[in-house]
Amino acid sequence: MLQVENLTVYYKTIRGYVQALEKATFTVADGEIMGLAGESGCGKTTLGHSLIYLRPPMNYIEGRVVLDGRELPIWDMEQMQEFRYRHISLIPQYAMNALNPTRKIGRMIAELLESRGMNYDEVLPELKRRLDLVQLSHDVLKMYPIELSGGMKQRTVMVVSTLLNPSLLIADEITSALDVSTQKAVCEMLVEFRDRGFVKSTIIITHDISILYQIADSIMVMYAGQLSEKAPTETIFQDARHPYTRMLIGSLPKVGVRYQEERLLGIPGSPPQLLNPPAGCRFRDRCPVAFDRCMEVPPFLEISPGHSVACWRAY
Amino acid sequence: MLSLERVTKTYRLGAFGLQKLTAVRDVSFEISEREIVSLIGESGSGKSTIGKLILRLTPITSGTIRFEGADVSTLNGPSLKEYYRRVQGVFQDPFASFNPIFKADRIFRMVHDEFYPEMGAREWAEKVEGALRAVGLNPPDVLNKFPHQLSGGQLQRFLVARALLLDIRLLIADEIISMLDASTRVDVLNLLADLKARGLSILFITHDLSLGYYISERAIILYRGRIAEMGPTDKVYHRPLHPYTQMLMESVPRLDRKWEEEIRVEREGGLAGPTGDGCVYASRCPRAMGMCTQQEPELREAETGHYVACWAK
Repeated sequence: MLQVENLTVYYKTIRGYVQALEKATFTVADGEIMGLAGESGCGKTTLGHSLIYLRPPMNYIEGRVVLDGRELPIWDMEQMQEFRYRHISLIPQYAMNALNPTRKIGRMIAELLESRGMNYDEVLPELKRRLDLVQLSHDVLKMYPIELSGGMKQRTVMVVSTLLNPSLLIADEITSALDVSTQKAVCEMLVEFRDRGFVKSTIIITHDISILYQIADSIMVMYAGQLSEKAPTETIFQDARHPYTRMLIGSLPKVGVRYQEERLLGIPGSPPQLLNPPAGCRFRDRCPVAFDRCMEVPPFLEISPGHSVACWRAY
Repeated sequence: MLSLERVTKTYRLGAFGLQKLTAVRDVSFEISEREIVSLIGESGSGKSTIGKLILRLTPITSGTIRFEGADVSTLNGPSLKEYYRRVQGVFQDPFASFNPIFKADRIFRMVHDEFYPEMGAREWAEKVEGALRAVGLNPPDVLNKFPHQLSGGQLQRFLVARALLLDIRLLIADEIISMLDASTRVDVLNLLADLKARGLSILFITHDLSLGYYISERAIILYRGRIAEMGPTDKVYHRPLHPYTQMLMESVPRLDRKWEEEIRVEREGGLAGPTGDGCVYASRCPRAMGMCTQQEPELREAETGHYVACWAK
């Protein structure tokens, strides 16, 4: 189980701090696949990365991260080494294109395991079982990344990153560059890995909410560095309480909806600069129901079990 | 208005152009007046190549593209300029379409110098403001700014406004909203619908099925440079005939329906383009028969206006 309290991370620039993540408090339960959604620049990747690889220009400001009862020293790059890969794994965006082109897949995995003081030959039987599970031939281990298709690379990356059964897997936009058929296969792998207990909690970072609708148990929506809402997937779609979540969901075209019959509306305006963000709720300027109270930052409160929201109108 | 007849494009690859890649092969379709047609395909399906061929950004290998009866590949000099007055493109990355050193409205001045050199400054400024209003921008907010001071959605509208300054009849919109955020996406889509109401035809190139459904009357599904299926949007979406289209409709993450439980991992296809013998989808097709690997199916009309290239039909 992952517990995050008041996590605040800024980017240091010559003009001051960019307030990319402000007082994030949430939990991800064992067996939960949580989708983290939001527009570009909302801080979703910052949040994901700060849990495992918090390095400059990211600056740790405050907050606690507890995984399975142990506090993670996320502010310390050295000490975090012990947790990376064994307890938390991150699949960064474009990871499948960042495989070392001069190494065969098997050798790359061996080097990775050695860096964690483990023996490749001992892990090999399990590795082969997992390759079977995702329908990859064992020959992949003798191949160079260039010999694999995009879907094969992404499946390989997923097998490698979950090989040591981490408690938490953070997957950042892992489906964005894939064709729809492979996209679906990769999503189903995430669910299967959870069902088999290879990973306990999963955070899927994506801008594609329709993917989350298919596989996520819960969805957390971020806006301009602040958490807006977290709720079970169905609740987010049926009974969202934050105006931003509602407008975001309402703006998505669905098969079956055509502009002649139902004209969808976007959200006027654009997100604030995070270098000197305005006080209070950061969605205020674009919000149709904003009032005086919104000059204060609304707390991220649980309004019903598993449903938290940060909006003065929702409590 | 625009018609493609057996259009083929072969790229030469390798050090001396010895290898060939056929990106588009024998593609024929038409776009009528005031019509939005979606061209839908996955990466490598040749959808952007078709857009480039129509805009003459790359030469055609064989076949003919006609615009209002005239063969587009024979146009040159003044007639080509006249063509560009009527046919314009907007592309995926709005930031790449602007030179960051210059202010964004330089693109309007370039249109003026090239196409309307005789028009006076005052009249031109009014025309620019009119075009900006037509795409939903407030001129004082966006004029006289550098590209980095504007959002992706604003820049994309800028490019559409630039096209509107000409006597444009056909807009080639190549993935124009895939880089935009969800909250601004639908506004640009609605803008396309408004342009259609003003008499424009649009070729909407996309990989996103739900966007195609929202905006277009007709949809064309491409697979590896070939048209797999083509027809009225609701028929293609609700009663797909080609096994590839059926797979797409099942696999695409939708908001109105969850994926079926059964796991159907697609067989991996090779990376090459069409080879010439047999159906390009045969190696992945669950319903492939002997016929499919020997001879390529032609696009045939299965019901009124609904075409499919599949032997099983």
